Amino acid sequence: MSEIATALGGARSDGLCTVCEVPPLGMIQIRADLGATAVRDAVAEGAGVAVPDVLRATTEQGRTLCWFSPDEVLLILPRGEAPSALSALAEAMEGHHHLAADVSDMRAVLRVEGRAVRDVLAKLTPADMAPGAFPPGSVRRTRLGQIAAAVRMVEDETVEILCFRSVARYAFDLMTEAAREGGAVGYFDREA
Amino acid sequence: MLILTCPYCGVAADETELAPGGEAHLTREGPGSDDDAFAGYLFHRENPKGVHFERWRHAMGCGKWFHAARCTVTLEVFGTYAAQVTEPPRAIRDAVSARRPGWRWRDLT
Ligand SMILES: [Zn+2]
Repeated sequence: MSEIATALGGARSDGLCTVCEVPPLGMIQIRADLGATAVRDAVAEGAGVAVPDVLRATTEQGRTLCWFSPDEVLLILPRGEAPSALSALAEAMEGHHHLAADVSDMRAVLRVEGRAVRDVLAKLTPADMAPGAFPPGSVRRTRLGQIAAAVRMVEDETVEILCFRSVARYAFDLMTEAAREGGAVGYFDREA
Repeated sequence: MLILTCPYCGVAADETELAPGGEAHLTREGPGSDDDAFAGYLFHRENPKGVHFERWRHAMGCGKWFHAARCTVTLEVFGTYAAQVTEPPRAIRDAVSARRPGWRWRDLT
């Protein structure tokens, strides 16, 4: 099998936070009326993960389901599981109006880690990065500088950023610049 | 800075996360309509100084279209509501009345 090339070849930078592009992941876009219980149940069955509440993500056995809109969730899973997950979804969703598409090559994922991660992000997005407003398990599609991106709070000091592959370089440089040594804000990270 | 709460995801969205969609509750005149009606649909807008109803899209968020009632003078927001209506719901009109008694917009009061 040929090697999968990510947008930035696993780029990494170190500063107030480390920013690194994660290895290739599988991603499946699921669109369906998540307000209907039967549809939610079918999505959960097909994806193998409980359907998250609004602006949240759920993780089970290496798979994460991110809430994207009232009729869209994104399933993130190991790359090799995407084809089988797609058929499981097709089976579970049969009879329900829906779309499930393998979009594994559509987006780039950056992992940003460090105590200052909330301060660094708050420089770039209008979304509220306060720990109370954006606790671990939260997902927010928002603006990051000039681009649209999804931000997922994985753990207290770890964030994953999803953006379109075509703007991955911009997102990486933007995060790197915002996390450069000397640029500490010390608003959320009081010890800075 | 304008902040509108998206009725679909509940996010208090900054203006820079939104895309404006112009005046709300227009009737789309199509083939078969007379010239006056079509010209009105294309060109005639309220452009009020005060209470206004608009369409907005949570473009950088959940992607949904919604409606907002606000004041064009003070930028006060009276409320936001779902896209699937042809006129502002009672609760929104009441919220406007509470802040701007005697308001008028097209034939709504
Ligand atoms: Zn929204």
